[in-house]
Amino acid sequence: MTSRREFLVLACGALSGAAQAQLPPDIGAKRKAAAEEALRKITGGAPLRSGRVKLDIPPLIDNGNAVPLTVTVESPMTQAEHVRAIHVLTERNPQPNVVSAHLGPRAGRASITTRVRLADTQTVTAIAQLSDGSFWVDRVPVVVTLSACLEDGLI
Amino acid sequence: MSRETRAMQDDDATNPGMLWVLEGESLWNRKDGERSCADCHRDAASSMKGVATRYPSVDATGRLLNLEQRINACRVERQKAPALAFEGRELLALTAYVTRPSRGLPIEIKVDEKVRPHLEAGRTAFHRRQGQLNLSCAQCHDERSGIKLAGNTIPQAHPTGYPIYRLEWQGVGSLQRRLRNCYIGVRAEPYAYGSPEFVELELYLMWRARGMKLETPAVRP
Amino acid sequence: MARTVVNMPAQAKRGEIIEIKTLAGHTMETGFRHSERGEAIPRDIITQFVCTYNGVEVFRAELSPAIAANPLITFTTVATESGTLEFKWLGDKGFTAAHSAKLNVV
Repeated sequence: MTSRREFLVLACGALSGAAQAQLPPDIGAKRKAAAEEALRKITGGAPLRSGRVKLDIPPLIDNGNAVPLTVTVESPMTQAEHVRAIHVLTERNPQPNVVSAHLGPRAGRASITTRVRLADTQTVTAIAQLSDGSFWVDRVPVVVTLSACLEDGLI
Repeated sequence: MSRETRAMQDDDATNPGMLWVLEGESLWNRKDGERSCADCHRDAASSMKGVATRYPSVDATGRLLNLEQRINACRVERQKAPALAFEGRELLALTAYVTRPSRGLPIEIKVDEKVRPHLEAGRTAFHRRQGQLNLSCAQCHDERSGIKLAGNTIPQAHPTGYPIYRLEWQGVGSLQRRLRNCYIGVRAEPYAYGSPEFVELELYLMWRARGMKLETPAVRP
Repeated sequence: MARTVVNMPAQAKRGEIIEIKTLAGHTMETGFRHSERGEAIPRDIITQFVCTYNGVEVFRAELSPAIAANPLITFTTVATESGTLEFKWLGDKGFTAAHSAKLNVV
């Protein structure tokens, strides 16, 4: 059990961001590059089209630990024309992938809801992969006042 | 509390606290020691209705107990089972399950000569400056509720939803855990779980919130 | 086994789209946190969620550490025939959880 003094030192260290995990100064650029790489993996380089997919997420988030998020895609969801997958990416979390949902005509409606962690004010990206091979995108910038992934849960 | 947090709380299908209530249900029915809770108390939805609105309270032997301690007293004395650890998953689940039937009911702390000294001790604690930052609960939660502290709105601190699912904890915790967070926040040495000082403060907070409806399991940032 | 909660109607009309809300008890340890002593806490998350309807997969999700603890997943499916929907969660350290629900289609 840490002594009170040790605890305070650690707590202050964590708060000042100087403890344990020292982040490199170009971390922003690194994470953005990782996000772009994740996007490339999904689309294989295919063009991203705007429209049809809607990312519902509150624009101002007071707690980034459990942010409700819904993605809906306009689609008849028939065998001939449906949404194959929905992907969500972030550009500032420690790693870019959030969730990948695999659907099909049996879904009836292309819609998923979940709760996510956001580690900073950033743009969240939702990508819909359609049965005809096309990719549609919606990007929503959000302001996060209390980031996830920063509290080490000492208390 | 933001609109999204409230929506999470109001829908049982999406309220993560329900996972603990569900676990509490199986603990209620599980035989521990000589019997299960259900053996005496039958269906919690009816037998436990209104119970949580009256805790902390003074029991027949004169002890001030909060609901967690009351559950443990029942376990040790009536079930002949070991007490559950404070802030452990099982006690939180059982407390959440026992409190849930009181959802929507107003808090009713009765004050008689047995309760009064504890209530006064709790009131004194609430108004006492403490910690390195030398702040009392009252300075934030009575005098400055509604204004911002580090981007968050200071609440009035009414414990209407305990045990709560706190987003910061990513799990369910008791009022005493929240009080410990506050103590550490003003850089004061927090009391141990189950200490009489905390139970008296709980009593005062519940009395201060009298008339307000219970929301257990609540969701809070 | 971990707690799971599944909310869906018990009955639906043939062809109706039903909404299914699921909750699974799991801390979803990100792998990016450190202990008081500065040691990295290893990742421990649910990595996959699958729903099958009378044995046929109708929905699958791959989760990451960015999914909040006690994951909520809400999705839809068409009520095609009466039967059983099976829900399975898989994760790190051999984590598994399962839930099953009957759907009556009229």
